[in-house]
Amino acid sequence: MSTIIEVENLGKKYILKHQKQERYTALRDVMAEKAKRWGKRIIHPFAATNSEDFDREDFWALKNVAFKINQGDRVGIIGRNGAGKSTLLKILSRITEPTTGYVRLKGRVASLLEVGTGFHPELTGRENIYLNGAILGMSKSEIKRKFDEIVAFAEVEKFLDTPVKRYSSGMYVRLAFAVAAHLEPEILVVDEVLAVGDAQFQKKCLGKMEDVGKEGRTVLFVSHNMAAVKNLCTSSILLTQGHVEYIGETQKAINNYLRMSPSNESLQEYLAYNKELGVIFKNIEYLDDDGNIISCPQVGLPLSFRMSFHLLESYDNVLVSIGVETSNDLRTCVFHSKVSGAQLKLVSPHTDIICRLPKLTIFPGRYLLSIKVMSGDKMVFWLPYVVEMVIEDGDFFGTGRLPEKDWGGFFLAEHNWTGIHKTKEDSL
Amino acid sequence: MSREVSKYEITIEPGRGFEQYWRDLWRYRELFYFLAWRDILVRYKQTVIGVAWSVIRPLLTMIVFTVVFGKLAKMPSEGAPYPILVYAAMLPWQFFANSLSESSNSLIVNANMLSKVYFPRLIVPASTVIVSMVDFVISFVILAVLMIWYKFIPDIRILTLPIFLLLALAASLGFGLWLAALNVKYRDFRYIVPFIVQFGLYISPVGFSSSIVPDHWRLLYSINPMVGVIDGFRWAILGSNVDFYWPGFLLSIGLTGLIFVFGLRYFRRTERLFADVI
Repeated sequence: MSTIIEVENLGKKYILKHQKQERYTALRDVMAEKAKRWGKRIIHPFAATNSEDFDREDFWALKNVAFKINQGDRVGIIGRNGAGKSTLLKILSRITEPTTGYVRLKGRVASLLEVGTGFHPELTGRENIYLNGAILGMSKSEIKRKFDEIVAFAEVEKFLDTPVKRYSSGMYVRLAFAVAAHLEPEILVVDEVLAVGDAQFQKKCLGKMEDVGKEGRTVLFVSHNMAAVKNLCTSSILLTQGHVEYIGETQKAINNYLRMSPSNESLQEYLAYNKELGVIFKNIEYLDDDGNIISCPQVGLPLSFRMSFHLLESYDNVLVSIGVETSNDLRTCVFHSKVSGAQLKLVSPHTDIICRLPKLTIFPGRYLLSIKVMSGDKMVFWLPYVVEMVIEDGDFFGTGRLPEKDWGGFFLAEHNWTGIHKTKEDSL
Repeated sequence: MSREVSKYEITIEPGRGFEQYWRDLWRYRELFYFLAWRDILVRYKQTVIGVAWSVIRPLLTMIVFTVVFGKLAKMPSEGAPYPILVYAAMLPWQFFANSLSESSNSLIVNANMLSKVYFPRLIVPASTVIVSMVDFVISFVILAVLMIWYKFIPDIRILTLPIFLLLALAASLGFGLWLAALNVKYRDFRYIVPFIVQFGLYISPVGFSSSIVPDHWRLLYSINPMVGVIDGFRWAILGSNVDFYWPGFLLSIGLTGLIFVFGLRYFRRTERLFADVI
């Protein structure tokens, strides 16, 4: 096995500017800043010019990352939000340059950082296949050769000459993924594409990626979906805060990942802040029955949501609801304090509100929580899709088995089977 | 297969090499065609009169300029019908203005691509120039029609036109690259560019002949590189009997070259930060 990716001492530094909130700099700000600095220098000509220090901070998204990947490996890259996964992929696919270190690649890299890049809504499906193929690095003859295959894979034969803006979102994603899946790079970089499409299409994608791996190509797969990573990857890299925490067997990497305390994720100080009422919604955490914070709840086990609030004054008659939404905007269920008859209060200065489920029955997968907090008829918080909840596979039935995803359904329900056998004499 | 693999061996490190960049540019040449092709296809989608827009715009401007400068202000026409005098200048000016505004906006318009896929970024602004070239060709057909209408026969000098077109291309791409790179970082340039274009139309000799500029101001006037280009177009198309102003033209060439080199250099220098700041 030859090494196909070699990464040594890789680092990427971003400069955070604390003053500004805009994503881009306006010329006005730069000029104002320059003028200020000049002004200062004229007034205090001998003062040390360290005025830059307080509003700039170096942030290393990646630091000292080193690993080697052999040809044909399927490698999962896991880690929390902000651990540097995307930055790593961006460097590998040459979108940004590293600040230190180097990467040696022996082959073409194709990235599926987001499928459908460069799709133009006004162009037809046919035209977009060519355009997107070219953007992803295919030559015209290559696209021509694979054209029929792509169309068949995407199942859009009938709509080839329709502008893609008239496509349903499912068709759009299928077409986009089909183009990307028919690239033949030596190294395929995939970021979370499997979150899209229906179950059947997801399965098709997983199959395609497995094929790619079998053909001796290398796959790098970034995902929060541990089941998919486990399924697909022969080894995994666990990143935390920009460095490699673990590299090796996928199962071990996942175990390490699940064990990590989620506290180092909360770069953000609070989830939401209602200035008018003086209420800070600090965070929402998942707890097991022993009161330990867990990062991903498991189906079949008890689960508690703990929401922490800081307040200036107390509020009575509080109503809290947590809606669980799938990634395609479908509400799976809602936990509502009014329906369950709870009397809640928010008491200054600090209140935790806990919602406990004796047994989690929602089908494993990725969900988003929408949280609403009201006091009387005053809205305190309405936070749609505010946090992600990944429900892990668990031993719900005590049999070690779960239904497959493509069997359908949103919940697991306990059930028994009995066969009643009647003999001839009974029926007489 | 192993030979195939070694062909693509790449090292990614800070401050990537110049050489590799040009090799990449060649490797991605098809993307260049495809982007231009996309922009041309999309250009007049969901418009009622479609391509007619690229006929109407220069034609109307020409009529207005002819009326204002030719009929009302009674400016000299170098012996050619005034509409043709104006139109000969409209051609390079529209080309310059279109490619400048399109290329300077191109990176922002394609921001999504920039932050998701690697390719030499130079392709994006460069491909927009092709679209302006198509408009240029359409406008040129109108010029031919105008010439037939006025029974105006150009002489052999019209064959030198590509040289002046190349000069216009270098000027617009040089400026365009520069502005595109600046635009990524400072969105102020999105507002500055339309202003430059509007302003430029009046300070360039589009509606009038540059021979009305007093001689001692002529060299200074030629600092605007489009003055040289427009004079060149008129010289080639009208076969004008007015002397060709060489010092001004040479100055235009020099400045255009300078702008192109600096624009390209600035673009290359900032290019690696595009994905981070866009």
